[in-house]
Amino acid sequence: MIKTHREAITGAQAAAYAMKQIEPDVVAAYPITPQTPIVEYFAKYVADGVVRTEMIPVESEHSAMSAVVGAAAAGARAMTATSANGLALMHEIVYIAASMRLPVVMPVVNRALSGPINIHCDHSDTMAERDSGWIQLFCEDSQEVYDLILMAVRLAEHEQVRLPVMVNQDGFIISHGVEPVELLPDDVVKKFVGELKPLYPLLDTEHPVTYGPLDLYDYYFEHKRQQIEAMKNVFKVFPSIIEEFYQISGRKYNFVEPYKIDDAQYVMVALGSTNGTIKYVVDKLREQGKKVGLLKIWMFRPFPKAEIQRLLTGRKAVVILDRSASFGAEAPLYEAIKSSLYDVASRPLLGSFVYGLGGRDINPELIEFAFEKAMKHELVTDQELYLGLRE
Amino acid sequence: MPLTMKKLAEVFTNKEIGLTQGHRMCPGCGAPITVKIALMTAKALGYEPVIGFATGCMEVSSTIYPYTSWSVPYIHNAFENVAATISGVETAYRALKKAGKLPSDKKYAFFAFGGDGGTYDIGLQSLSGAIERGHKFIYILYDNEGYMNTGNQRSGATPPGADTTTAPVGKKIPGKVQLKKNIVEIVAGHEHVYAATATIGEPMDLMTKVEKALSFEGPSFIATLSPCVRFWRVSEDKTIDITKLAVQTKYWPLYEVDRGVYKVTRKPSSFKPVSEFIKIQERFRLLLQSPDAEEVINEIQNYVDRRWERLLALEEATKDKPIR
Ligand SMILES: Cc1ncc(C[n+]2csc(CCOP(=O)(O)OP(=O)(O)O)c2C)c(N)n1
Ligand code: SF4
Ligand SMILES: [Mg+2]
Repeated sequence: MIKTHREAITGAQAAAYAMKQIEPDVVAAYPITPQTPIVEYFAKYVADGVVRTEMIPVESEHSAMSAVVGAAAAGARAMTATSANGLALMHEIVYIAASMRLPVVMPVVNRALSGPINIHCDHSDTMAERDSGWIQLFCEDSQEVYDLILMAVRLAEHEQVRLPVMVNQDGFIISHGVEPVELLPDDVVKKFVGELKPLYPLLDTEHPVTYGPLDLYDYYFEHKRQQIEAMKNVFKVFPSIIEEFYQISGRKYNFVEPYKIDDAQYVMVALGSTNGTIKYVVDKLREQGKKVGLLKIWMFRPFPKAEIQRLLTGRKAVVILDRSASFGAEAPLYEAIKSSLYDVASRPLLGSFVYGLGGRDINPELIEFAFEKAMKHELVTDQELYLGLRE
Repeated sequence: MPLTMKKLAEVFTNKEIGLTQGHRMCPGCGAPITVKIALMTAKALGYEPVIGFATGCMEVSSTIYPYTSWSVPYIHNAFENVAATISGVETAYRALKKAGKLPSDKKYAFFAFGGDGGTYDIGLQSLSGAIERGHKFIYILYDNEGYMNTGNQRSGATPPGADTTTAPVGKKIPGKVQLKKNIVEIVAGHEHVYAATATIGEPMDLMTKVEKALSFEGPSFIATLSPCVRFWRVSEDKTIDITKLAVQTKYWPLYEVDRGVYKVTRKPSSFKPVSEFIKIQERFRLLLQSPDAEEVINEIQNYVDRRWERLLALEEATKDKPIR
């Protein structure tokens, strides 16, 4: 086992520390609460000469993503980080980064999208990028932030994938909460992430390439199909990356994390930090002999449908918690789970709960309440319910 | 020895310019001529050009997949972000060079090309940011005074009275009413920058400015008047003549601002009235037929006269006084 050291740090620090160890060639970033400390910590590493990274203090997130696209196309390992309005401002270029198949890794500190303006956590920012062609990972705590950013580099740069990755952490709850995090030695991380093998770099003037051509009805569709295939390849290559990471860290990841699920009749599904609270409630209800469990989603895009089908078929009820709404339609995680379960042999009863918008607190009582509803079979498919809301 | 046309002709008999045949720009379009002069200058001086291009007429016409007219590295990202994009490329170059991952003897030249829409309007913030940060790149604006790719809409560079689809000459309003934005002054206001105007009718002046930009330690910006024959509604053999006329009428004065020091680089011994520039272009036809014609032309004439006097005064006042 490799010797790690344990430090009490925030999620933002964990992200910055992972970035320091990855030591990308270029970081272009713009501050926005609650992502700001990531940029600040990283800028200090640069200023102190701890990393050889060239930092571009851009004038906006649109330019951050644009510069990262330029740097990655040039052949550099390039990163940025953002939140909410910053991610929305990047939106146009988020799609372009994916379509150019640039292996960019971006920590996203989830915050409610304006309006009205709000600085606290929900997942509306990242959900707006759901179909952008980025891989989306979600973290429960700072440890996962650190670990998943390191694994994201390998995933993004894998030759069968070559897609950008967002590593989501809940604003303030993770980004500003101090927790003990096991940190790997620099050389171990360096070895794990390896060197970027640039594909078609712009700076290779002997082999000039054209990035971003006009692509009309005669080829665009085929190129989109290639992106679809690359996303599917994530299912093939991620298992070996997580296995390798397990070898160096002793921490085992997957597409999803089942928690006390083996004999569970009532299962909750959620993204991000709320999973920690749900585990606490599951433990408590288990002590009372209730057959409850949790399915935590680590990877939201591509959506691990097969795992979900395998793990949720035959349950009595499944409660899906969403920290974002889709106005006029089902909440995104609920929708994805529901459609995944269309084909299973034995479909569970489903319940949709939207919670925590704009940073509204979620507590064990509310989670217990949602479990109670499931256990009393009071769930009505497609009836969206709200936790912690004044009606 | 400064570059000459003869030298360029010799060098490029057997050498690719970087923008090859097969693009689908209109015959007579000013933009590819501007681009070629810039690329030839850089290559003749031993630089390896790397190109960023903003969305616009030239971008769409030169890279229709699966074809490309570019034989030098080229990236098009979006409409408003060519400066930020090339700043990323240039930064990658510095990072990779520092890490020993690039040949140390290679001289790169990072060019960003943008139309007037991509520069005066939607891309202004990205341009300002990249210049303020001091990346070493050359931004070449090809100003054709409108959004031509999308069919001749008004931009901040469209002159008063020009007929565009979004500021049409109507019964009540005589086309666009505002004067052009002074983009060179905006750029020069960043101070640590080499900013200049140029045009293809004065190729030696343009080449000299590209050469200066290449050796400038920091960002540089060259605003070129690059006619759109299609929407200026002039015949395709008039491109060069019209840019010469633009210089002779003070419509497009040739000057540079090197860290605050103004220099007028062409001082014609006599000038022609700006109406000569206006009258040969059909885009002003409706204006010329309208009762407002005289007033609009006078406004432009007064403006170009005042601007010329001001440029001469600035040249005098800033002589040997670089601001940075
Ligand atoms: C964000 C965005 N808004 C609008 C457009 C549509 N559009 C494409 S090119 C263009 C005009 C380009 O004008 P200019 O920069 O002057 O270049 P030209 O076509 O005249 O050469 C517009 C409006 C776009 N591609 N992206
Ligand atoms: S429409 Fe105008 S700018 Fe576009 S290619 Fe033709 S002449 Fe050039
Ligand atoms: Mg234009």
